[in-house]
Amino acid sequence: MPSTAASRILEHYRPPFDATAVKKIKEMGGIVVGKTNMDEFGMGSTTEASAFQVTANPWDLTRVPGGSSGGSAAAVAARQCMVSLGSDTGGSVRQPASFCGVVGLKPTYGRVSRFGLMAYASSLDVIGCFGSTVADAGMLLHAVSGYDRFDSTSSKQDVPEFDTQFLSMDSFESKPLKGVRVGLIRETLEEGVDSGVRSATQEAASHLEALGCVVTEVSLPSFSLGLPAYYVIASSESSSNLSRYDGVRYGNQVMADELNKLYECSRGQGFGGEVKMRILMGTYALSAGYYDAYYKRAQQVRTLIRKDFKAALDHNDILISPAAPSAAYKIGEKKDDPLAMYAGDIMTVNVNLAGLPAIVLPCGLVEGGPSGLPVGLQMIGAAFDEEKLLKVGHIFEQTLKGSGFVPPTLPNVA
Amino acid sequence: MSTTLFRTIQPNHFTLLTTALLRTRTKTSRHISVRCQTSTTTQQPRTSAPKNHGSNKLDEILKDYEAVIGIETHVQLSTSTKAFCSCPNSYGSHPNTSICPVCMGLPGALPVLSSKVVDFGVRLGLALNCSLSLKSKFDRKQYFYPDLPKGYQISQFDVPIASGGYVDVDIPLEFGGGHRRFGITRVHMEEDAGKLLHSDAGDYSQAMIVDLNRAGVPLLEIVSEPDMRSGVEAAEYGSEMQRIVRYLGVSNGNMQEGSLRCDVNISIRPIGQAEFGTKVEIKNLNAFSAMSRAIDYEITRQALLYNQGQADKIVTETRLWDEGAQKTVTMRKKEGLADYRYFPEPDLPEVILTQEYVDSIRASLPELPEAKRRRYEAMGLGIQDVLFLANDVSVAEYFDEVIGKGADVKSAANWLMSDIAAYLKNEELSISDVKLTPHELAELIAAIKDETISGKIGKQILFELLAKGGTVQGMIKEKDLITDPVEIEKMIMKVISESPKQLEQYRSGKTKLQGFFAGQVMKMSKGKANPALLNKILLEKLNAKE
Repeated sequence: MPSTAASRILEHYRPPFDATAVKKIKEMGGIVVGKTNMDEFGMGSTTEASAFQVTANPWDLTRVPGGSSGGSAAAVAARQCMVSLGSDTGGSVRQPASFCGVVGLKPTYGRVSRFGLMAYASSLDVIGCFGSTVADAGMLLHAVSGYDRFDSTSSKQDVPEFDTQFLSMDSFESKPLKGVRVGLIRETLEEGVDSGVRSATQEAASHLEALGCVVTEVSLPSFSLGLPAYYVIASSESSSNLSRYDGVRYGNQVMADELNKLYECSRGQGFGGEVKMRILMGTYALSAGYYDAYYKRAQQVRTLIRKDFKAALDHNDILISPAAPSAAYKIGEKKDDPLAMYAGDIMTVNVNLAGLPAIVLPCGLVEGGPSGLPVGLQMIGAAFDEEKLLKVGHIFEQTLKGSGFVPPTLPNVA
Repeated sequence: MSTTLFRTIQPNHFTLLTTALLRTRTKTSRHISVRCQTSTTTQQPRTSAPKNHGSNKLDEILKDYEAVIGIETHVQLSTSTKAFCSCPNSYGSHPNTSICPVCMGLPGALPVLSSKVVDFGVRLGLALNCSLSLKSKFDRKQYFYPDLPKGYQISQFDVPIASGGYVDVDIPLEFGGGHRRFGITRVHMEEDAGKLLHSDAGDYSQAMIVDLNRAGVPLLEIVSEPDMRSGVEAAEYGSEMQRIVRYLGVSNGNMQEGSLRCDVNISIRPIGQAEFGTKVEIKNLNAFSAMSRAIDYEITRQALLYNQGQADKIVTETRLWDEGAQKTVTMRKKEGLADYRYFPEPDLPEVILTQEYVDSIRASLPELPEAKRRRYEAMGLGIQDVLFLANDVSVAEYFDEVIGKGADVKSAANWLMSDIAAYLKNEELSISDVKLTPHELAELIAAIKDETISGKIGKQILFELLAKGGTVQGMIKEKDLITDPVEIEKMIMKVISESPKQLEQYRSGKTKLQGFFAGQVMKMSKGKANPALLNKILLEKLNAKE
C-alpha cells in the first residue's frame, strides 16, 4: 500500500514491511480500509501542508479538520470507517479530534510500538487512536499496545484489559465517578482561549462534578514554556529524522550530475515549505555553538514540565483542559501565519513533552458552521494510566445529555 | 626505503642526499625513531641515539624537529549480526544482500542494540587498561553521503564506553628495541557506513554505486593519545592493536579486508616548543609498513617546509598515502572543522553496565600479548623469540601447550620459529592447520633430548608429522631405527677396522675424533642408529685396551 506521509518525496513509495501496530491489527482480523490525508510528515495543524490535498471538516466543509492527523479524524467523523490510527507528536491526534467532534486517544510514550511509524520527533511521537466513542478508541488502543522488540523505546509495562471495562449506562450508579479527583489546569483558561471554548470546558467540569468528581483548579507554572521547548525539540529531532529522505535509496530522485545537486533538487522539490522550515530550524538549533542554548536547554525545560505534571497528578486522578484554544477555523485562515498556527498547540504539547497519556472527547458545541462546531475536552492521566482515562471518559460521554456528535453532512447516522 | 622517501622532495637536495643516503641507508630510520627527545607526555626512557655519521643534511634538519603522532583505529567486530539489526555480518557477500529496513534507513525503521557489541566494547576497553563508563549513551553524528543511509551515523560522542587507558609495546629489535607505553584516549561503539564503488574511476559524471552490506556493521573506534614519535612507533602501536583484537577474538583485524583501519594524525614542532604544529591526517594505509613509510615521508615533508621558512604551507588537511608513488598527496582540504550536529540518540536507551558484569568480563579475558611477552621473557627466552611467539595468539597457544607438556622451552621455541614457521610459510598454512599436535612436538623434543633419535632424524620426523600427522613413536618404529646394541657394535667394529689411522690418532690423544667415528657409523646406518647407544658403545670400544 502506498505510504507517502503526504509528501512528494515519497509519492510512489511502497514500504516492504508493515508497522507493528498495523501488523497487530491484521493479526486480530482488523480490516485496513485505506490510508488518510495528513500534514506532510506530521508537521502542521490543518492538513493544509499536505502535498496532495486539504481535507475538509465534515462539520463545515470550509473549515479545517485539524492536524496533522486531520484525515483520520475526519474519516471517523464522517463515518467512513469505524476507527482510525493517527500520530500525536504535539497534539496531532487530540486537536483534530476536538475539531471534528470525535474521540482522540494519545497513549503514554512507549505504550505502542513506533516501529513502522515514519519518525517526526523520536522522543515525542506516539501512535494514537480515533473512534466515534471512547469504547471504540479504547478497543483499538488495546489491540495495538504492547512491548515490541523492534522498538527500543517501547515499554515492557503490562497492558491492562482496558477494552473490557466499558460498562453500559444502565449499570452506572448515581454518582459513578464518586471521589475521582479532577484538576482543571488554570493556565489553559487564561487569555487567548475563545469564550465558547472556555464555557464548554467549564460546563464539562460541572458535568464531572455532577458525576461525583471533586474538581479543583491546579496550576502548572511551567505551562507556557512548553510551546517553545516543543518546537525546539521537535524541529531538532525531525531535522535529523528527515535526513534519510535524500532520493538515493527510495522515494523521488531528481537526477543530477553532482552529488550535492542531487540532494538539493530531490529534497528541494520533494519537501513542502513547512517541512523545509522546520528542518532549517532544527538544523540551526543543533549546530555547533547553539546546541547548548537551544536543544539542551529545551530538554532541561522539559524536565521542569514533567515535574509539574507529576506533582499535579500526585494529588489528582486526572487533569482536564480544553484541547485547543478555539474550534475549527477556516481553511486558509492561518496558512500565512505559522506562529499563530503553532500557538494553537498550546494545550497539547506539554503532554507530549511529559510523555503522558491523554484523551480528547467532544463536550459541547460553539457557534459556527451549519450546525455548530464541536469542542473537545482533554483529560490527562498519569503515565500508563490509560485505564483510568478510558473509565472516566466513557462515563462522561455516556452521561452527556444531547450527545451523539454527528456532523451535519450525515443527517441519518446516529 | 629511505631512498624512495626522498626522491620526490625538491631536486636540489637530491644530489646532496644520495651519497649520504647510500651510506647511512639502514641507519636513517633508526635515527628518526630514536632521535626525538622526551616530549611533554609520559614516556619510558628511550634507547640512546647513535651518533651521526658525517654530515647527513636531511638528518641535520630532522633532528631539530619532533613528530607528534596520534592514531585513530576502527575495528570491525566479528559479531554474527550487525550492530542495530539482525542482518548477518559477513564479509564478501554479493552487494545489497545483507540489508533490511533498519540498516537501509527506510521510513519507520528503528535501531535495536546488539548486546554483543557492548560485550566486545567492554572487553577491548579492559584490555586497553581503560576506565569504563558504567553509564554511556549513543549520539547521532550527522552528515550527508550516499553510503550513510540514515543521513547520520549512530556513534558515541561525549560519553564513550571506555577512556583513559594505555598499551605497552615492544619495539622490534631491528628498529632499536625497547619498551614503550602509549596512551589511549577513548574507545567507543559506532556503526559502519556502506561502501561506495565508482563505476568509472575518477570520472564524476559516472554513477556512484552504493553497497549497503557494510552499513550498520559494528565498529569500535580507538583513539590514541598523540604519544607516538615515529613511523616505527606508530606501526608497532597499530600491530599491537591488531594483536590485541585477535587475542580477544573481537575482530579478525585484517587490514586488507578493512576490519582494521588506521588513520594517522601527524604534526611536527621544533624541539622545545610546547604548542603543537598544524595537524595533518593521513588515510588509505593498507599495511603497517605503509603506515611507517607514510609517516616518515610526512615528517620529512613537513620538516623541509619548516626548514625553508614555509611552515605556513602545512595546512590542516587530509592526505592519502599513494603506495605506488610512495608519497602522501592532498585528498581534501578541511575548511574548518566539520559540524556534525551531535545530539543524543533518542531511539536508544542509555547503556548501563553493572560492576558484576564488568568483573565477569574481566575474569574471562585471555592472557594478553603484553602479559605473554613478559612471561616468556621470564622463562629465559630472548626478546626476538618472545616477539615471534607472542605475535600470533594461535602460535602462542600452541607453544604454551607444548611447554605445558614438559618440553624444553628453548627447543620448543626454536622448532616453532625455524622449521615449523618455514613450513607454514611455504604451504601457506596457519598453525591451526598443521597435523603435528603440541603433544607430539613435545614428544619429539624429548626424544631428541634423551638421544633416542638424532637431530637429523628428528627433523625428518617433524616434516612428516607436520604434513601427515601421526605419532613420534609410530614414526620411530616406521623408520626402523637401529636400537639393537649388537647391530650397532657390529657397525662400530667395522668402522674402527676401516679407519686404523684415526684410531691411532684417537688413542694418542685426539679424543675429538670420536665425532668422526660416530659420523661414519651414522652414515653406514643411514642415520638410523640410536645416537645414545652409539656413543656409549663407541666410547667403550675406542677406549678399550687392545
